[in-house]
Amino acid sequence: MSVADFAFYAFALTTLVGGLFTVVSRNPVHSVLWLITAFIGATGLFVLLGAEFIAMLLMIVYVGAVAVLFLFVVMMLDVDFAELKAGMAKYLPIALLVGVVLLMQMGMIFGTWQVSDGAEAARAAVTPPMAEVENTAALGMLIYDDYILLFQLAGLILLVAMIGAITLTLRHRKDIKRQNVMAQMHRDPAKALEMVDVKPGQGL
Amino acid sequence: MILNDIQTILPEMLLAIYAMLALIGVVYTGKDKLTGPLTWVTAAIMALFALWIGTGGESATAFNGMFVSDAFARFAKVAILIAAAAILVAGAEPMARRGLDRFEYPILITLATVGMMIMVSAGDLMSLYMGLELQSLALYVVAAMNRDSLKSTEAGMKYFVLGALSSGLLLYGASLVYGYAGTTVFSGIIAAATDGELALGLLIGLVFVMAGLAFKISAVPFHMWTPDVYEGSPTPVTAFFATAPKLAAMGLFARVLFDAFGTAVSDWQQVITILAVLSMFLGAIAAIGQTNIKRLMAYSSIAHMGFALLGLAAGTEYGVQAMLVYMSIYLTMNVGAFAFIMSMERGGKPVTEIAALNQFAKSEPLKALAMLVLLFSLAGVPPMVGFFGKLYVLNAAVQSGLTWLAVAGVVASVIGAFYYLRIVYYMYFGSSEETVETPMSPGAWVMLMGSAAIMVLGIINLFGIEGAAAAAAQALVN
Repeated sequence: MSVADFAFYAFALTTLVGGLFTVVSRNPVHSVLWLITAFIGATGLFVLLGAEFIAMLLMIVYVGAVAVLFLFVVMMLDVDFAELKAGMAKYLPIALLVGVVLLMQMGMIFGTWQVSDGAEAARAAVTPPMAEVENTAALGMLIYDDYILLFQLAGLILLVAMIGAITLTLRHRKDIKRQNVMAQMHRDPAKALEMVDVKPGQGL
Repeated sequence: MILNDIQTILPEMLLAIYAMLALIGVVYTGKDKLTGPLTWVTAAIMALFALWIGTGGESATAFNGMFVSDAFARFAKVAILIAAAAILVAGAEPMARRGLDRFEYPILITLATVGMMIMVSAGDLMSLYMGLELQSLALYVVAAMNRDSLKSTEAGMKYFVLGALSSGLLLYGASLVYGYAGTTVFSGIIAAATDGELALGLLIGLVFVMAGLAFKISAVPFHMWTPDVYEGSPTPVTAFFATAPKLAAMGLFARVLFDAFGTAVSDWQQVITILAVLSMFLGAIAAIGQTNIKRLMAYSSIAHMGFALLGLAAGTEYGVQAMLVYMSIYLTMNVGAFAFIMSMERGGKPVTEIAALNQFAKSEPLKALAMLVLLFSLAGVPPMVGFFGKLYVLNAAVQSGLTWLAVAGVVASVIGAFYYLRIVYYMYFGSSEETVETPMSPGAWVMLMGSAAIMVLGIINLFGIEGAAAAAAQALVN
């Protein structure tokens, strides 16, 4: 077994075990941590495939940002996971049935493994020659040149998401005290303080 | 090269730029105070774009085949733009009356329309998905627009979660198709599907893609979200859901089936047939028990999608033509019917109970008559245009040897006629209780009367859409 083989099995096992425990662990925080483990395993697999840019992306964006965000959300939201899982036993038979059917379908697809004749060539035709262009440059050429339309559309979708988030959450309540920066800055001690001479035994 | 591409996609680009400029402009000026003018300007621009796209006629592909502009796309785009503009005009005043006149609404509708235009022009699985998501995401937001109403937020949430699920199915199918065909461009997929028998992986991928798309047109068994979302959303939003997105998803469906899998008709025909039969019957039977008119319209739209699928199930050029004609008629009827439903209220509160229409004909004979025409047309009662739409798709099914399917369609149509006629019964012969008021803006009134008039006058020559639909179908199938 070469080093590459060993690395592949190690990373693949990490990914699988991480994925499994993400689903089965009882504590949601543990789930997120197992998810991070799965991401790290996948990163290793990408490196082995020679896709180092995506590997780094997975590491920085998913492990670094998204998973940590998940962790915060899980810890901050008071979600009763025991209650969420309560219906599990009831739906388990039908879920198992669907799962088994899907598994059998996949088995059928992969069992016959009948790819159309031109598929390999068609897949390779899109990518720039790997020997000359490195990973990041190749991705850039695809995203910003061939797939510019999709890139722009993705931007438009994000714009819609932004508008949606603002529309659905931002609300100006009238009966709430708000910070008025200008008023704060224009305060001065002369107006803020008032010297009162309180006579003994009288009060204000 | 990029200049040619831009020229092909110019309408979509300009509409998106308009939406962004309008957003910035309104945010920095009057905000919600400008919603009224903004709605009208948006509707006018959409109508102008419809005119522009309808008269311009050069077919081209852009961005390496990812974007196709042909007669089919143009037909669908014109219908989508007109429907969106009509719903904006009819819905402006009801939205304002419910305090929902937020400036984001017309902008989100515009962006959703851009998404729909991309959908019907998609020449690639990736641009298909991008257009679909652009449309869906905007629709999820407008469904939950009425944040203070529990039902509206529930509608938005349900739509979002189930929509995400269907997107997952679609993406899974798309990845299988890509894996086995080696490309996501439709022209490449059809080349891969042509040599020999359709590979099993490609077939299962196609089925998953179809499941995802069937969700978007709410065909049975992917319809569960429809009644709840229709009921919970603000009525003008429901009206929008029932019109333009349905045509866009139907156009996309046709595009995938014919552009990418046009050589494997016998493989997808059976799936479409099952979807059509189930939708027609469930839509017709489940609507009988409904007391809420919005839920009833949801089941009605499910049944109508079943009929439109009949046209696709035929798998021929004539079938696509029939589907396009049917969808255009369906859009027109729904714009009118929803212009009426939007205005239903009692004492300033919106009413959606069918029983509230008791004796409506006595207080407002003209509106009741218009509604009668529209309901007869929706049911497919002979002198109205709706009947010719049904005749068209049934004819298409018979011509491609699916006579049993046509017979099933007729039976479902007869069952479905019951609940439309029940509304008519309430309006004309119901018990004399307090009836609804229907204060309408002139825009909504014109939509109601106009669509009713079209349903009567259209029997002469269907306003010539047959020719355009035929050209569109020819562009798609050949």
